[in-house]
This record gives sequence, structure tokens and C-alpha cells, in this order.
Amino acid sequence: MKSIFTGAILLLLAASRADAAAAAATPNPLNVHIGIIRAVDAEGKGNEKARAAWLTLVKSDLSALPSLLSGMDGANELAANWLRAAVDAITERELKAGAKLPVFALEVFLMDTKHEARARRLAFELIQRADAAKAESLIAGMIDDPSVELRRDAVQRLLDIAAAHDKAKRAAEAGKVFETALTAARDLDQIDTAALKLRQLGKPVDLPRHFGFLTHWKVAGPFDNTARKGFAAVFPPEQKIQLDAKYPGKAGEMGWVDLVAGDEYGKVNVNDAFGPVKEATAYAYSEFQSDKARPCELRLACKNAWKIWLNGKLIFGHDEYHRGTRIDHYRLNAELLAGRNTILVKLCQNEQKETWTVEWEFQLRVCDATGTAILATNRPPTPAPKATVRKPEVKP
Amino acid sequence: MKPLILTLTLAFAQTLCAADWPQFRGPNGDGIANDANLPITLAPENVAWKIALPGRGLSCPIVVSGRVIVTCSSGPRQERLHVVCLNAADGSVRWQRQFWATGRTMCHDKTSVAASTPVSDGKRVVALFSSNDTVCLDLEGNLIWLRGLTRDYPNVSNSLGMAASPVWVDNTVVAQVENDSESYCVGLDPETGRNRWRLNRPIGANWTSPVVMRDGPRTLVGLQSKAGVDAIEPATGKTVWSYTDGAATIPSSVSDGETIYIPSNGITALRPSAGGQPSQLWRNPQLGPATASPIALGNRLFTLNAAGVLNCANTVDGARLWQLRLKGPFSSTPVAAGKHLYCFGEKGHVQVVDTTAPEGKVVGELNLAEMILATPAVADGAIYARSNVHLWKISKR
Repeated sequence: MKSIFTGAILLLLAASRADAAAAAATPNPLNVHIGIIRAVDAEGKGNEKARAAWLTLVKSDLSALPSLLSGMDGANELAANWLRAAVDAITERELKAGAKLPVFALEVFLMDTKHEARARRLAFELIQRADAAKAESLIAGMIDDPSVELRRDAVQRLLDIAAAHDKAKRAAEAGKVFETALTAARDLDQIDTAALKLRQLGKPVDLPRHFGFLTHWKVAGPFDNTARKGFAAVFPPEQKIQLDAKYPGKAGEMGWVDLVAGDEYGKVNVNDAFGPVKEATAYAYSEFQSDKARPCELRLACKNAWKIWLNGKLIFGHDEYHRGTRIDHYRLNAELLAGRNTILVKLCQNEQKETWTVEWEFQLRVCDATGTAILATNRPPTPAPKATVRKPEVKP
Repeated sequence: MKPLILTLTLAFAQTLCAADWPQFRGPNGDGIANDANLPITLAPENVAWKIALPGRGLSCPIVVSGRVIVTCSSGPRQERLHVVCLNAADGSVRWQRQFWATGRTMCHDKTSVAASTPVSDGKRVVALFSSNDTVCLDLEGNLIWLRGLTRDYPNVSNSLGMAASPVWVDNTVVAQVENDSESYCVGLDPETGRNRWRLNRPIGANWTSPVVMRDGPRTLVGLQSKAGVDAIEPATGKTVWSYTDGAATIPSSVSDGETIYIPSNGITALRPSAGGQPSQLWRNPQLGPATASPIALGNRLFTLNAAGVLNCANTVDGARLWQLRLKGPFSSTPVAAGKHLYCFGEKGHVQVVDTTAPEGKVVGELNLAEMILATPAVADGAIYARSNVHLWKISKR
């Protein structure tokens, strides 16, 4: 199955390259308009020209779809949305008129993983509309796809297969397929499902490592946060990291102490270090050894006000308290250096008295754009879990 | 219809049809349907059609030129944003567009990224999502512009979700994007989507929607927050007057064209006076609304409290006249047609209240059996309601 699939990809990409060479010889008139759309930017910049270009583009027939999808490669999110709306408009009109989607060309586009992930997913959904069976056959090979949505469907297929094995009491087969599904899964609900089943089958699961949560921290605090002024205040750790330093804190002199996240989902409970305190600011520090320089995402979850620095550079901060959080709440683009990287997180707790405002926690992981964990070369062993695995959430 | 209301309607947009329901709480933003020909004693047969939606949402449907336009969000992280246009006659899809969220989509499980109600001038529609993505389309689904307000102002987000619905007045789309970390109101040029102005707003989560109101010869927009209400000129964002006695951050104020009823210290009634500070007519702490916004119908004001009790008060002095327990709780704001209020409970119970009965009386009921959080739309003798799953048209058989 795999060799047939690989062969099909090679054939499709060869055809794609031939098409690309032909396209290079004949300039694509759509590209001028796509280029205008790609120039849109912040605060509405370029909207008027984009509108005119969009109206021209949507006069195209379905053969324009691969060009529009390719136009999303490297485009900013706004331009991608303009182009997506053009794809929608053309498809809707042409299908109503009885035209047929260019399935082969869309498949060629889909199979080239260099294209923008969301554009490839859109191509897949168009194929799905035209030929559901073909789409289903393609998804099986997308277990490691850079598109999180394509990968999700492939994982779901495996979860279904594994569940069928499980139901039929074929524990060994079920375990293997659940393990493959978990390795590939990037969405929390699918990870939860696979982890739960694997544990029921007696298989070990290391969720903090799967996600890439940072579990070992040095923390310093509490500093003051009266009247929520701590968020803007600059306390000594923001000026210099010195792990043997002593600071004048809110409750007297203090320094850095160890704090380990025993939570399955990397939740670091700051109250474990300082007790349940209010109107307080703390810092958490960790060092991350990277095998190479590379872009990454710092994915943070926190329901308190926070700031984060990577290698001394402020990445982002959000001054909000107790409105809720979830894993990967904030996705922050950053650049890891080869070797040692320093990560500093500022965490503020406010004055609210309600029981649900006692929580003072955060979760941080380092991963790539697909959510695949980037593991530090100095990553310590995963601590013994304190909490049991989450139950999968069911939402409408 | 009061002359002032008529003036307000004309200021709002020249191209709307009389039967349109182009924004949150209808053409005047007061929840009152000009068309009173709605069914009263409801039965399942009153469901003219029911269609499945492509995603979740508690934004209200709007109705423009025979089209029902509704927003939804879908996907594991609610990152797909939908604008769907249906034929009002039969619920068939005219067009639908999808966008990818560029802002954060975190919100409470009960709400959705599709929480703000779109607004139309009769020719175009502007849809705002909790991710602060804002798109403008014409009635055929052609894209006119789009913005990513969180992309522009990265700290504009609320982890519970945002919900303020924009208004379209004096050729400006006014949108409140107010929260704990960075808080603005923007006036957008409907031709280009660019800022006409951007106003710093009080820091603090705020889910209330702007309210269009008259102040002498001018049309102003009231911006509610925990601090109170600021009345601004929609074309410039300039503040004309401020009421600073605090206000709720969930139920929105309502104007009957002469008086603005603010969810503040219960309800506080203000009468704008051309050029100066408004005068306070009355205040009644018994009338405090929970999630649903107040509605003024003739000389009566109605609010729904957290216990699902409908309060009826006199608009002249704010005195409470009666209370009626309904099947609540309510997130949806009631709408009115003739003497009847249409109240949609969270558990799906539609209750029609005769407001002229001595203590108020439920005269019609229908159980839609799904969670209803959205305020309905009323147009052409029909009422349009939506859940996370379906959209219904309810009309006379």
C-alpha cells in the first residue's frame, strides 16, 4: 500500500513539475491579480486594490483553482483569506452551472507538501466534494502531514481502526494502532482518546514528552502585584537572571527555588511554591538546549496576566485575569538559538477572592507550527504524574 | 412609529427595505418588529423550515432583501469562520463563504467565535467574529474587504470570547473590541475597512453592543462599559457626553428614540438633551437584567432577570408593574411584535407574552428542544431563530 501510494505521489509531483515548467514559459495572467491581493496588510492596507483584483479573479473558471491555492504559499493570513473567498465564490458558481472540479490538478496540488497547509486542506475538501472515495483513499497516507487538519483526519481513521480492534478484543493490534495514532496526533481530543485507550491496554504513555511541555522550572517570588501594577513593574529577574540572587519580595527576602510540573499536561502550579497568595508576581525560568537554530512556537496557557521572554527578548504578554484558558491558548512565534536558550515567564496573580481565582498556573511547550514537540537536548526525565489522564471532551 | 424612530431608521441606512432586520435587535436596535404579523399561539406546524448550520454560533441571524444571513464557526479550535446566506423563502443556501481566523479563538464552551451579530446597510454586510476578524461582503457574497483586528492590535482579545455586535451609522461601522488587556472602539470606513478613527476605551472585559440614539438633531452612538456610557459621534469617534455611574458589561442599553435605558444600578433612564449632559429620568434597582438586554415597548420597559423572571416597568417613572416567571434562563434578548414579546429561553422554549394582560400572560409556546442563546430576527411575518446546530423560520401557517 505504501509503495503504491509513494509511487502515485512521485508521478503526481513529476506531472506537477512539468506543469510548472509549462507555466513558467507562459505567464499566468491571474498572477498579477493574485499579487495585488498578496499585498494586503495591517489596518486595511491594500483593501481597495484587492477588491478590484478579487472581482477579476472570481470571473475565472475552475481551472484557476490551483493558481489561487498556490497564491496562498507564503501569503499573509489576510491575503490567504481573500484568496480563499475567491476559491469559494468560483467553486460555488461553477458547480451550480454544472462544471466539474479539476480533481487531478487539485490532487497534484494536495500532494505537494511544500504548499501552504491550509491551502492543501482546501484542495482536499474540494476533492472530497467531487470524489469522496478518492479523498478517503488519500487521507490514509497523511498521518505525518504538515497540515494539522489533514493529519487529524488520518489520525481519526487510525483511531477508528484501533477502536474496532479493541471492540473485537484484538488487544495487540489495537495497542499498535493506538500507539501509531498517538504518535501522529496533534489535537488534544485525539491525544486524550489515544492515551486513555493505551493506558487501558496497559501501555505506557508519556504525555508531557509527547506535547513537549517544559516541566522543570526555577521560580522566584512573590513580588508585589497590588492594584495589578506588577504586570508593568520591572522586578530584578527581568533585568538579570542570577539564580543565586536574593530579592526583597512581598513576604521578605527570597530567591529561586525548584518547581516541577507533575501534571500530565505540563501544568505548573505556582501556588505549590509560594502557597495560595494574592496580589503577587512571580517569575519562572528554564534553560532549553536546542540541537540547532530553528524557528519554533512557544505555546502558553495561563489564566493570569503573563509575559514571556526568550533569550532576553520579550515575545509577548497579556494582562488578563481568570477569563479561562486551554492548552495552546497562546501561540507565539520565536527563534531558538543553537545551544542554550533562556526562557523567562512572568506570572501575575490578582486580588479576586472567588475560589476559582486562587488558581495560579501555566503550561508552556516548545513545538513547531504543526504542534510537534521540539525536545531540548537537556530535557530531564518526565516526572511521575500527579494527575490521571483527561477524559476526552465531547462537544457538539 | 414615533417620528424620532423614523428619523433614526433613515439615518441608519437609506437602502434597507421596511421588512429588513439588518442588525442585532432589528432596524432601530430596539428589538421591535415593524411587521406584527407573527404567529401567537405557536405549534410545530409554525416551523416553515429548519436547516442545519455548518457550525456553532450565538450571533443573531439578520434579514436583508429576502436573504437570511448568519455567521458560524467550526473546527476543533473554532478557527473556521462562516458567513452563510440563505433564501428566506425556503432556507436554501444562496452562498456561503469561509475564512480562517487570524485572531485567538479561545472562548467559553457556552459561547462561540460566532457571537457578534452581523450588520447590513441593505447592500453590504459586515460580520465581526470573536477572533476580531471582520469581513465585508455584498449581498451576492462578493468580498469587499477584510480586517484582522487582533492581527492589527495583538492584545485585543478576551479569553471568555467577545460578543459586541457592530452598528452601521453615518457611513461608519462602529465596533467595540473591549477587554482586559487592550481596549478599543473602532469606526471603520465601510468602503475600505480602514479606520476612520480608533478610540481608547476603558480597560475591562465588555460584551455589550453599541446603541444608536438620538440627541437633538444628531445621531450618536452609545458605548457602554463598566464605567458607564459614552455617547460619541459615529463619523469622528468624538465623545459628546458621558454617563459615569457604571453599567453592566453583558446586557446592552436600548433606546426608544427619546430615552436610553441603561443596565446601570438596575436600570437607569436617561434623556439626552441636545448638546449637553443627558438628564436622568429615573433609576430602579429592581429592574436589573441578567444576560438579555432590556426592551422598551410603548410605555413599558421589560427586563429578564437571572431567575428567568420578566419584569415590566413603566417607562415614565420606572415603577415595576408586574413580574412573570418564564421558562429560563435567558441569554437571548426578547423581540416584540405588536403587543407581544417573543422570549427564547436557553433550553429552547419559545414563549409569547401578551404584555397587555394585567400581570402579563404567556399566550403561546413552542419547544425547539435545543439550546438557544441568540436573539431572533423578525422579518416579513416570520421569526428566525438559531442554535449551535440549526436555524428555524417560524411563521403563520
